[in-house]
Amino acid sequence: MVSIGCVIKDPGSTRNNKTGSWRTFKPILDKDKCVDCDNCILFCPEGCVDKEHDIDYDYCKGCGICKVECPVKAIEMIRE
Amino acid sequence: MRKDIMTANRAVAEAVKLAKPQVVPVYPITPQTTISEYLAQFVADGDLDAEYIRVESEHSAMSATLGASQAGVRAFTATSSQGLLYMHEVVYAAAGMRAPIVMADANRAISSPLNIWNDQQDSIVERDAGWIQIYVESAQEAFDSIIMGYKIAENENVLLPLMVCLDGFILTHTVEPVEIPEESEVDEFLPPYAPDHAFLDPATPMSLGTLADPAYYTEARFDMNKALMDSASVIEEVGAEFGEKFGRKYGLIETYKCEDADIILVAMGSLCGTLRAMVDQFRENGDKVGMLRVRSYRPFPYEEINEVIGDAKLAVLDKNVLFGIGGSLYADIKAKCDTNEIYSFVLGLGGRDITPEYIEEVLEITKNPQDKEVYWIGLKGDA
Amino acid sequence: MIFYVETKTLYILEFIMIIHDRMEEMSMIEIRFHGRGGQGAVTAAEILAKAAFKDGKYSQAFPSFGVERRGAPVAAFTRIDEEPINVRYQIYNPDYVVVLDDGLLNVVDVFSGIKEKSEVIINTTGEIEGATHTVYDIDATGIALENLGVNIVNTIILGYFAKKTGAVSIESILEVIKETFPGRLGEKNVIAAQKAYDMA
Repeated sequence: MVSIGCVIKDPGSTRNNKTGSWRTFKPILDKDKCVDCDNCILFCPEGCVDKEHDIDYDYCKGCGICKVECPVKAIEMIRE
Repeated sequence: MRKDIMTANRAVAEAVKLAKPQVVPVYPITPQTTISEYLAQFVADGDLDAEYIRVESEHSAMSATLGASQAGVRAFTATSSQGLLYMHEVVYAAAGMRAPIVMADANRAISSPLNIWNDQQDSIVERDAGWIQIYVESAQEAFDSIIMGYKIAENENVLLPLMVCLDGFILTHTVEPVEIPEESEVDEFLPPYAPDHAFLDPATPMSLGTLADPAYYTEARFDMNKALMDSASVIEEVGAEFGEKFGRKYGLIETYKCEDADIILVAMGSLCGTLRAMVDQFRENGDKVGMLRVRSYRPFPYEEINEVIGDAKLAVLDKNVLFGIGGSLYADIKAKCDTNEIYSFVLGLGGRDITPEYIEEVLEITKNPQDKEVYWIGLKGDA
Repeated sequence: MIFYVETKTLYILEFIMIIHDRMEEMSMIEIRFHGRGGQGAVTAAEILAKAAFKDGKYSQAFPSFGVERRGAPVAAFTRIDEEPINVRYQIYNPDYVVVLDDGLLNVVDVFSGIKEKSEVIINTTGEIEGATHTVYDIDATGIALENLGVNIVNTIILGYFAKKTGAVSIESILEVIKETFPGRLGEKNVIAAQKAYDMA
């Protein structure tokens, strides 16, 4: 009834699950304050922050770790 | 075809050589050790073109075997007793990931107390893992069951791992005649493994060993159950085809003089050879006794057993114990078959030699039972 | 009438089967080897089984499964038969007992379970006292020291066994010895075994 051995032959299907819908607070980065330390990239558990520090809101769950880790307080959590 | 005289461990290694697995991760343990030694020698000599992985434990042995199988190649491993228990976790994973591994288990007792001798408790521990379990009676059958094992396990309606259980020492260290077929004959019978349910190839990526949440898990287990039950007919088909090609036919069970029997002795493995001789002796004395050997313990052939037993009294001889229950074969027959009178005999634990006297005692009790079903045979002292 | 013939045929068949079964029982030969760990009792049992197999018979050999240590008393078993061998238990009533070391006589009851017609072969230079059975003594150690330079007597006693019992051919014994010990070692063992055969 499921595939043999629960093998997934269409890998990457986790992307179908847009976890951005779980968010109640949204991180907003003020790029003028940003010092390119990349802490937000490293600490984001969902890998939602790219090299340009653009946040992928399709998958950002709004956990706020980026805000906590930002040394210059360039990220603000705003209610959805 | 050549005929030679060898131990069952040697026969297993010879069969593996002809089945041509590409990865062989084995960790040695008594009484399986010589299997690992022969295979290492075959690989070192270039007689077996496989990667022999010298793993550091049985948990790693089964993990590496599973990994190889999931990568899409034929894989073999072998173990015994504590080794099998140590790989327990991955034994279950191999079945769930539907990896058609073939493993030889040299049946040995479990600690504690420490004991290196034969009984079947170790593989009984793994009976619910989702593996096919074949209990063999001779070195020849050990050889044949490895060859057939891959063909059964790799069948698209099965895709489950298969364990060939051979009694430690009694088979693994006894030399006896074995027929080894030609490589070309085995190649014809057993084509190379070419899976499409699970393999690793960058060109066709897939995820293996996935998470199944409550929405999927029940179905995954249901499918395994179905595959194990479906494997029964595959075991018979492959056993019949093997018989046509090599002259030795195999099924789920084997019977000896059961047709008119008042009492049927039921057992698994090498003990059945002794039982066959005892049946002849009992019949000379006028007792209508037969013998039923359960070859495939999983899938459990209850329909086939039902067809044989009729109204006969059953004496089930187990080299294992389910504490508080009796022997495991007894428990399964009692649960799934239409039995009239059935008795459980626990014997031969930890290598206690099963002599004709023990079998005579079993017959005597079955003819004149006390007010209980479960008996331990050969207990010393006041136990 | 037809029924009568069939029944009669069946009776005759059954009778033949019973005779056959009896003969089968008669024809099985059981041999028990006693030795010490390292003396080659297990190898002796296997060589004998292989030689009998070469003679066209069915055979089976196995050790007294255990933790075998050098010097500790060990036993090994061989069965030889014209028919396939089914039984899987140890040998308690041997037709022949082979003792590789007479020092074991004080430690192990090598005569345990032997039958009236059983024969016992003992590697010794002394006399075996109080034996109620046929006992053959051979100074296998002497032959071993002379021909092999070490006290390993298993091949020698097999040469002697072949002559005394006729249960196996010396040709097969020598062939298996050569296969088991390739090269110079095998040749020396063949000479020693042949010597024991000729002495018997």
